[in-house]
Amino acid sequence: MQKVYIYKQFERFWHWTQAILILFLAMTGFEVHDSIHLFGYENAVVYHRIAAWMLLGLIVFSVFWHITTGEWRQYIPSFSKLSAQIHYYTFGMFKGEPHPTHKTARNKLNPLQAVTYLGFKLVMAPLIVVTGMVYMFYRTIDANDMVVVSEIPLEWIAWLHTFGAYLLLMFVIIHVYMTTTGSTPLTNIKAMLTGYEELEDTEASHSVIKKEDPHEA
Amino acid sequence: MKKVILPVALMIVLLIMAVHLFHRPELPNLNHLQLQQQFSVKPVASVDHTQFEQLQKDFATPQDVTEACIDCHNERHKEVMASSHWNWERISYVEGRGIERMGKQNVINNFCIGTSSNQQSCSKCHIGFGMSNDLFDFNNARNVDCMVCHDHSEAYIKGTSAAGYPDRSVNLSQVAQSVGRPGNINCGACHFSGGGGNNVKHGDLEMALLEADRSVDVHMAANGINMTCVDCHEAENHKMKGTLYSVSSTHVSRLSCDDCHSSTPHNDRMLDVHTGKVACQTCHIPEYAKVNATKMAWRWSEAGHLKDGEPYAIMDSMGREVYLSIKGSFEWATNVEPEYVWFNGHATHYVLGDEVDTIPLQVNRLLGSATDRESKIYPVKVHRGDQIYDPNTKMLIQPKLWSDAKGDSAFWQDLDWHEAATAGMQEVGLPYSGEYAFIPTEMYWPVNHMVSTKDESLSCADCHTRDNGRLAGLNDFYLPGRDRHAGIDILGKLMIFGALLGVVIHAMARFIMAIRHKEIESQDINY
Ligand code: HEM
Repeated sequence: MQKVYIYKQFERFWHWTQAILILFLAMTGFEVHDSIHLFGYENAVVYHRIAAWMLLGLIVFSVFWHITTGEWRQYIPSFSKLSAQIHYYTFGMFKGEPHPTHKTARNKLNPLQAVTYLGFKLVMAPLIVVTGMVYMFYRTIDANDMVVVSEIPLEWIAWLHTFGAYLLLMFVIIHVYMTTTGSTPLTNIKAMLTGYEELEDTEASHSVIKKEDPHEA
Repeated sequence: MKKVILPVALMIVLLIMAVHLFHRPELPNLNHLQLQQQFSVKPVASVDHTQFEQLQKDFATPQDVTEACIDCHNERHKEVMASSHWNWERISYVEGRGIERMGKQNVINNFCIGTSSNQQSCSKCHIGFGMSNDLFDFNNARNVDCMVCHDHSEAYIKGTSAAGYPDRSVNLSQVAQSVGRPGNINCGACHFSGGGGNNVKHGDLEMALLEADRSVDVHMAANGINMTCVDCHEAENHKMKGTLYSVSSTHVSRLSCDDCHSSTPHNDRMLDVHTGKVACQTCHIPEYAKVNATKMAWRWSEAGHLKDGEPYAIMDSMGREVYLSIKGSFEWATNVEPEYVWFNGHATHYVLGDEVDTIPLQVNRLLGSATDRESKIYPVKVHRGDQIYDPNTKMLIQPKLWSDAKGDSAFWQDLDWHEAATAGMQEVGLPYSGEYAFIPTEMYWPVNHMVSTKDESLSCADCHTRDNGRLAGLNDFYLPGRDRHAGIDILGKLMIFGALLGVVIHAMARFIMAIRHKEIESQDINY
């Protein structure tokens, strides 16, 4: 076993900020939807819009980060071991079988994660962001008497946005649970907090092993 | 180090963004302050009419007063005679009808029905003298009643059923010397008491406005900006600004809050974007009839009952008439929440002689819809009732109601619908088959007055709420908070509960298997 620096600082910052924002957006959004009552309708609308802008800002940064660091490659799905991974979660783990794939800093997502997160990035997030933006700029006449968005019926936008919100919540529930399937229930969460995780040293890249980390002054 | 600086910098940037977005200092509303200043300075009369010799005499007839007015204001009567206050009608283009003269002569209302054949009584609220029947001469300037609008002595009253003449008790000389800019009581004399009593018709125009506080009406409050009717209803050349769609059809010379307040008055973008679709009145007049009750229903069908052979009246515990043999039964209400409709400034009316096409019949219809660019959501008082109608010709009947004596076919004297229908329809030149019935009718009164304070205005959740919101009845558009796709909501909940359930089952399975595993292992050891 080796302590490996697996989640970089920006990645952790991005992950937790996004998590908070999404939860906050869900809380305020479902208040707008009149499912819950927390902040009061007027505040919920204002907070939802502010949080939405912050999430957009964060998404811009993270897209930039993923591209410049090449980390986007982590999400290229590999289907070869996908069924093995699914088999592990549905049967294998109950029998105490080992993980079919190995986590390394270069390859930190298992095939199922890669597919799911890709789905998150390509379907769920764009769905909710795009419908959210259209929703935000939807008004027949804006303050300057300009028509911004009016030809698309508002209900379609709202329906898609609401559907996206449910989808996202479902993702969050399963995602949080899945983090407990590491070697101990808290291993993965600790890793996302500290950046370090104990990994089998078989494939660990030497440059990111803790003691040799050049960034660690 | 780099690893620390970048996220910290990012955090700071995001924090600044957040602070900037969250922090909204209350800006002074300059437009509002300017208006307050403008209306704080009350107009002062430029002449004193008591000084004029022409007015310092005894006038034999009210027409003599009018002549004295015209002597100096020698063109004004022409303006008056071009107004709807005088003509009781407007010529306008009405959708589906073409160019029409419409007004109190031919439009039906849901209270005392119509003026035809009842002018002697109804013309108490006409700005003329001598309108006793449909032969009134609208070209005779001597009959213009200047005093009713311009009297400042508060001594001028029109006589009851006196064809628009002043009451005999009025000292015309005193009135003539008092004249000035119309005050609230001048307008209110007619507009507060339409339908036969205070606040009967409008619901938002009544005596209480003469001594209102800010919770009743922010504009007219005596302890507020204390505005008068004509501050908004400007009357350049005697052409009043403002239309009420009980009789008007088009938005010519319509008065709007925007005229003073602009379409972006809130200093809050989220609120300002509402003004494209929601009229100011909708949020700012959360209820009407705030002081005295207004009539919400009037059922003519119940008129005519006798007790011991005599007509009678029933009062409710508040001393309000709820039944009169001559008029039927009434319902009253105070602090009424308006109903809401899409309205684009155009209305159509049931005109005498039209065929009844819907039941209940809308005697006036406010046009508009969610998809119509010109439409906004407006608050309305809907007055419901029933009216006499001819089932064979399918026309509403204009009954003759008023007469000063029995035996003249007037319903209010003889309580005989058949006679009243015959006489009334003959007067307006329409057929009557001899058979009558009653049909339910509705009338729509946009609510414009009794504007509440900011704090008492509606807030978001009054409409943006799932059940029983203010706009629960207006279902032709998507309203966030109220509307949802039921299917998506069910699917979404299934997804969430499904996920939770799956997670719980999976966790339990892991747990049980782990325990078994341990047992096996420990057995191994114990072995
Ligand atoms: C960039 C991202 C987002 C944007 C731009 C956005 C924008 C909006 C806007 C404009 C509304 C309408 C209310 C209003 O006018 O303020 C809304 C409603 C809503 N939002 Fe978002 N949103 C975003 C993300 C989210 C997320 C992440 C969730 C939940 C996980 C969410 C859940 C909801 C819900 C449930 C509603 C109520 C929809 C309805 O009932 O019509 N939103 N959003």
